[in-house]
Amino acid sequence: MAERMLPAEFSDLEPFVREWCLDSEPQRYAKRLASSMDEIQAFYDAVFPRAEAAMQYLDPLPLDDLPEDAHRLLKLLYSLILASFPVEIWRQPYIPDTSTSEFELKIEPVP
Amino acid sequence: MTRSLKLPKQAPRRHPKPPEGSWTEHHPELDTAPVSYEGSISPEFFALEREAVFKRAWLNVGRVEQLPRKGSFFTKELAVAKTSLILVRGKDDEIRAFHNVCRHRGNKLVWTDHPAEEVKGTCRQFACKYHGWTYELDGRLSFILQEEEFFGIDKADYGLVSVPCDVWQGFIFVNLAAEPEQTLREYLGPMITAIEYPFEKLTQRYYYRGDIKSNWKVFLDAFQEFYHPPILHGNQNPVMRQADYKQKGFYTSHFQIDGPHRVGSTTGGAGGLLVPEFYNPIEQLMRSGLFGPWDPSEIVGDELPPGLNPGKVKHWGLDSFQIFPNFAIVFWETGWYLTYHYWPLAHDRLLFEANAYFMPPRNVRERLAQQLGIATIKEYALEDCGTLEATQMGLESRAVTSFPLGDQEFMCRHLNKVIHTWVEDYQRKQAEG
Repeated sequence: MAERMLPAEFSDLEPFVREWCLDSEPQRYAKRLASSMDEIQAFYDAVFPRAEAAMQYLDPLPLDDLPEDAHRLLKLLYSLILASFPVEIWRQPYIPDTSTSEFELKIEPVP
Repeated sequence: MTRSLKLPKQAPRRHPKPPEGSWTEHHPELDTAPVSYEGSISPEFFALEREAVFKRAWLNVGRVEQLPRKGSFFTKELAVAKTSLILVRGKDDEIRAFHNVCRHRGNKLVWTDHPAEEVKGTCRQFACKYHGWTYELDGRLSFILQEEEFFGIDKADYGLVSVPCDVWQGFIFVNLAAEPEQTLREYLGPMITAIEYPFEKLTQRYYYRGDIKSNWKVFLDAFQEFYHPPILHGNQNPVMRQADYKQKGFYTSHFQIDGPHRVGSTTGGAGGLLVPEFYNPIEQLMRSGLFGPWDPSEIVGDELPPGLNPGKVKHWGLDSFQIFPNFAIVFWETGWYLTYHYWPLAHDRLLFEANAYFMPPRNVRERLAQQLGIATIKEYALEDCGTLEATQMGLESRAVTSFPLGDQEFMCRHLNKVIHTWVEDYQRKQAEG
């Protein structure tokens, strides 16, 4: 069995770590654009129902000193945010009528 | 169904207008005639704007938190003035601005890897990469390699070229005129300087930037009217999707101008007040959305900070302060703020910067509420980006040359007017010599 990447209670989300556990907003947004709606939907359907439990797990932990597995879980929630727009609003990965415009988050807090 | 009772109340009677009947007519100098956007498609007008506006106005280039220690510096590329600046905190804690140019042979002094990219860091001195001429943090030239080889040179005559620089409420402003016509505080005027906000506490910063193919004013205009959101952004959430909202539109509650600056205030929009069906599932989950986190931050008290909500709008939600020429601060009811900068790159291109500032989050839920808020900003901003590139194309066709602006576009009309006033004033002074 592969090394455990997430807190044990969230082992059901392990299959998504490799693809969706990303360090920065530009990486997460690029992942969204590079994914099919089926892939985004599958990720959303797996993570959204577990998000409340994940927040309950993470909330008592020190935000500025998260264990690595907890930090990965948080990054999955950041990806869930970007996946939510295609699923809940657009029905496609990209925002309609946005041409080739780029608007990237260049500075973001860690974690 | 009682649902419609819970919609934001948008009846015009809740948004009273000045006695003249409109915000526009309240300011007769603005007139109500259709306007021209020739100033947004003409390279010649842009050349004038560089001189008349961007080399005369006070420009915000950052915040003091970006210079936390003695020796902290960052560079700011100002394509509009074809220059780069160094902003630095000196050993005496003074913040200074210099043109980023070595006095010896004109090399750009501070840069790394790519000369056109901005850099930041901490240092004791600035040494030129070319021949090693070295400058102190206060701009003095302190070292010339093989000084004896130069002819009658006095280092005191070759300090960095300084740029007038001043700080208001932690915002660092520069002025590219050799002698600014006004001090920063005179320039900002009473409406802006009335603001006393705990900016220094909101240190959690998210910074977006984008290079967009539209004139800076065409782009800015979309961020200073609330007429377009029900349509352009009408699919983003269930409230916006309401037919009611699309048909009745949205009303800004208060407009005010002070010199070249202006503010628009609207009623509240922080979420959580409506029935759940009006929110996207992620918004309900993370208690956040377009208006930022639903739960007020620690700075929100019974009284608003001084200077906010100058029109005393009931159920106040936000102020959009537009500080001439290209800087905006938007204050939100749940205790966070956004800044926008619109930096012209050419007559048909701009660098758009958006910074969101929050209180440092105390836990993951607060952190996620911020992340969803700033993600939502991007979804909206990209809709604006695509459309404003299209607007630029439409304007450049010159098939239409005269454009009616409604009272909700009061601030667009004011910017258009102020720009032309500044350009005409500059031309007159040039003619007078």
